[in-house]
Amino acid sequence: MTSASETTPTTGTTRVKRGMAEMLKGGVIMDVVTADQAKIAEDAGAVAVMALERVPADIRAQGGVSRMSDPDMIDGIIAAVSIPVMAKARIGHFVEAQVLQSLGVDYIDESEVLTPADYANHIDKWLFNVPFVCGATNLGEALRRITEGAAMIRSKGEAGTGDVSNATMHMRQIRGEIRRLGSMSPDELYVAAKELQAPYDLVREVAETGKLPVVMFTAGGIATPADAAMMMQLGAEGVFVGSGIFKSGNPAQRAEAIVKATTFFDDPGVIAKVSRGLGEAMVGINVEELPQSHRLAQRGW
Amino acid sequence: MTGPTIGVLALQGDVREHVRALESVGAHAVPVRRERELHGIQGMVIPGGESTVMDKLLRAFELFDPLQERLREGLVAYGSCAGMIMLADRVADATADQRTLGGLDVTVRRNAFGRQVDSFERDITYAGSPPPMRAVFIRAPWVEDVGPQVEVLARLEGGGFDGRVVAVRQGTLLATSFHPEVTGDLRVHSHFVDLVRQRAQ
Repeated sequence: MTSASETTPTTGTTRVKRGMAEMLKGGVIMDVVTADQAKIAEDAGAVAVMALERVPADIRAQGGVSRMSDPDMIDGIIAAVSIPVMAKARIGHFVEAQVLQSLGVDYIDESEVLTPADYANHIDKWLFNVPFVCGATNLGEALRRITEGAAMIRSKGEAGTGDVSNATMHMRQIRGEIRRLGSMSPDELYVAAKELQAPYDLVREVAETGKLPVVMFTAGGIATPADAAMMMQLGAEGVFVGSGIFKSGNPAQRAEAIVKATTFFDDPGVIAKVSRGLGEAMVGINVEELPQSHRLAQRGW
Repeated sequence: MTGPTIGVLALQGDVREHVRALESVGAHAVPVRRERELHGIQGMVIPGGESTVMDKLLRAFELFDPLQERLREGLVAYGSCAGMIMLADRVADATADQRTLGGLDVTVRRNAFGRQVDSFERDITYAGSPPPMRAVFIRAPWVEDVGPQVEVLARLEGGGFDGRVVAVRQGTLLATSFHPEVTGDLRVHSHFVDLVRQRAQ
């Protein structure tokens, strides 16, 4: 054995965690609450499924405290599909995350859709072998999550509404802030880091490369193939769809249509074709009509 | 001399990483999502991603048959991870209706090393040449059995999963369980582009 060779396998490295998200690019991750739904999602071409107890639209309608899913339900979904299975933990709830890791989920979403467990701290994600995805409304928030160990970012929308306006706002915000960093001279980046409340080295890296160091998907309020394609044109590298599929009239067909529109996001001919005859989209709630206290995207800091 | 034009299947997966690696070894990389984009390419990369998704989209957009035809005619191709699955004749743990483009006389097992928490990186020896290559395995497949025409380019030695085959070549087809496109080690892409150049002559 040569001393230069390191044949011992190392799990949970940054490259393995961020790399997993690279493999999901161009794909659609679908919220599912049962093993049957997970199977429908896989058959429709989902790149992964997100296991949760209630989709955001129901969390919104029913209220109450929303938590990590029942381990039996997660086991059932893991057994039902061969694609990656993600699951949500409450913001700051590191024990829910430990449980999800022990169940063998492939990615944990530390999610504002659930009720936060800690209003000051997020989970220290470096302590885990399983990778994490976190939501962000702006660049500073994204960089703080990455500093805590997030291996993937999703721009936040307003989950459970079917209203895409917050998703576009936050994606434009993050992309705009990245472009602005790119136009700054090196000495201005110190103040930029202060204002973003993010580490200088990370800010400089984003300024130099013009992108986040991790994959960025979009989430929240995406209900149609055109919504998904618009988010891809705005710079998302893939799409999370929550209530939009299984709260619609024809989930299997809509799921497949959103997958196709995400791949051919720049081809209006394809988007038109897959948008035909989909039946009813989820009913939808206008974000502007939601009281501030009911807005999920504002959770997380 | 300009490099060969190589298509990267761009339906889903880590397309950008392969494009960057190919360009770094002097090839001209173009994304392929439609049949017409197959014209003019001298090689094809099938990236990492989800093999079930690639299969469905290949069929839905009528790219499956034309691409399979080109491969059978001798188009040089390289697949990493999901790409390896797509090039295998046989898949263990496939979904019910999963199809592959095939061409490699091997059986590949999906997610063979376990779930994402088991994903790992380690050093391997590629094609018998030092120095060691850092290889990243992400929910990776392994090659379970190989036909007589298949050349094994790398297998794991020591460190668990001893003897498992993780890189193979058969004629114009090259495949790895791991992702050289995410490490910056360009030897696999350079080997592939050499195969494309040889074929073109």
